[in-house]
Amino acid sequence: MSTYISKRLIYMLIILLAASLLVFSLYALTPGDFISGNLKLSPERKAELREIYGLNQPLLERYFIWMKNALHGDFGYSLAQQTPVLTLFNQYIWNSFLLAIVSTFMTWLIAVIIGVNAAYKQYSWFDTLVMVGTFAAMSIPSFFIGLFLIKVLAVDLKWLPPGGMLATGSNATGLAYLREVVHHMTLPVIVMTLLGLGSLTRYFRSNMIDVIKQDYIRTARAKGLTERKVLFTHALRNALLPAITLVGFELPALFGGSLIIEKIFNWPGIGQLYMQSFGLRDYPLLVGFTMLIAVLTVIGTLLSDILYHIADPRVKL
Amino acid sequence: MKNLLEIEHLSTHFTTEEGTVRAVDNISLRIRSGETVCIVGESGCGKSITALSVMGLIEEPSGKVVEGSIHFGDKDLLKLGKNELRAIRGNEIAMIFQEPMSSLNPVITIGEQIIEPLMVHMNMGKREAQKQAIRLIEQVGISRAEQIARSYPHELSGGMLQRIMIAIAISCNPKLLIADEPTTALDVTIQAQILDMLRKFKQESGMSILLITHDLGVVAEMADYVIVMYSGKIVEEGEVVELFSNPKHPYTRGLLKSKPIINQRQDELYSIPGQVPNPLELESSCYFHDRCDNCMAICRTDEPALKEITIHQKVACWLYEEGALHVHS
Repeated sequence: MSTYISKRLIYMLIILLAASLLVFSLYALTPGDFISGNLKLSPERKAELREIYGLNQPLLERYFIWMKNALHGDFGYSLAQQTPVLTLFNQYIWNSFLLAIVSTFMTWLIAVIIGVNAAYKQYSWFDTLVMVGTFAAMSIPSFFIGLFLIKVLAVDLKWLPPGGMLATGSNATGLAYLREVVHHMTLPVIVMTLLGLGSLTRYFRSNMIDVIKQDYIRTARAKGLTERKVLFTHALRNALLPAITLVGFELPALFGGSLIIEKIFNWPGIGQLYMQSFGLRDYPLLVGFTMLIAVLTVIGTLLSDILYHIADPRVKL
Repeated sequence: MKNLLEIEHLSTHFTTEEGTVRAVDNISLRIRSGETVCIVGESGCGKSITALSVMGLIEEPSGKVVEGSIHFGDKDLLKLGKNELRAIRGNEIAMIFQEPMSSLNPVITIGEQIIEPLMVHMNMGKREAQKQAIRLIEQVGISRAEQIARSYPHELSGGMLQRIMIAIAISCNPKLLIADEPTTALDVTIQAQILDMLRKFKQESGMSILLITHDLGVVAEMADYVIVMYSGKIVEEGEVVELFSNPKHPYTRGLLKSKPIINQRQDELYSIPGQVPNPLELESSCYFHDRCDNCMAICRTDEPALKEITIHQKVACWLYEEGALHVHS
């Protein structure tokens, strides 16, 4: 186990090194930079600024400087915001994380419950209803569902605020602050949950259908166990195993933010910051963010492999 | 001796896209307490479905017991509610299956799987059940019981897993043990051990066994009473000695003839010609007629009823009907 993990850690380093080179050169080779976008600057001023930011040096040299700083924990300076990239991440990422963790939890919980019940009553009216519902949820675009719910729940019924994380000009603290955030995040969480629910429900349903047909489920029934115990102890544990792979993929998604949802609900998350930086060609921030996602992806895969080992006694590392 | 299980006119049908399959078609049988009854037949003849019907484990909605009664003691199993049936399952009637490798849950420890019925049916606490589980593992002849209790199914061999299945089955002292081809997936030396073990437990506890097999060697070794099934129907039944020494139905004769005999050289083993009929295309006839050496005109058009020909033997064949043209084999 420990040799396996140390081996995996070495692979991870190699992958991340290759990823950093790729990410850095892709952004660096894109035509134009932060300075060329500003039409008000004279050519002399542009050259001067390029000198200051080190943009006139050869690509490889810039990469090594960036790499050296990154290894010291310095991911550079956002040109547009004039703030260290990591400080910005720290400011925005947790807002995205809050939405993602709550909606992911809700999605999984609801998908498991609906999926198991649909599988148990395969081809019943409930199953058909779920199938129609999941396809509907999968095919409606997020901006439509988002705007539609804002119109109904926020504008017409005035139950929930249409956007933002706090009421304008609010300086609530403590419990009042918490309540305000929860109030504001309800709508985006509902939309994100609805969007993720469809495919995950189908996934759990089909896993469960496969498992229910297995001999050991018949054995469990033959022992005289209650259907509840058969389903949730014997079947669900096996049906959840393949989903561990998904847990690994969820990790970058938890921190990656959501471009469209954050835009629609004006949520101060990392997705919005990322989109804005793209318009400004703020490459240090973009490189840093892409690298962060790469790191999380690699960690997520390792995590799901280790989880597999813990959950399934047949998997040896 | 009292009848422990009485199946009367049981029919279990499956609905498929091509039509209805009469997997079990109007069969009656009874098992007395302490008796071992064997159901013999080829794959698909309905022997496992008979067992699953008794257990109430037919997969609905595609399969359904459409007719008949199954009396166990004074209760009709087919009329019991879900909870009443569950209280009997694994408790008074236990079952072991053909494939020990896939019959145990791969992600739950052996010990955990043994204690489940103990906790459900015997009202044992977890501690007590765990102790009992260790005793059961020892009882089925596995050493290092505590270590085995902590291991997972993939860490044990097929023979050991079938012993574990037996341990689970006998854990609540069942009155009836249904064994559905318990030795088919195992190699020959292990087969004998498993059968010995079943016999031993039967002698100790006085339980009845309904043994389902296609192996006539197993039948000869275990059975008191034999039932031969073909295409969902009983074609012959009788006391084991009588049936082996004096088989009446051409199918039974064919089965016995196709069994190799030690010290008797044969160039080619006999096999019954033809194929089992498609269950979707069965029409009123003796279902065995197109494979039968003694086929008569009536066999193609009318179905023979199961009739007692001696006190120990019943057969469903036109050869033994009075009035039908008697053709000697």
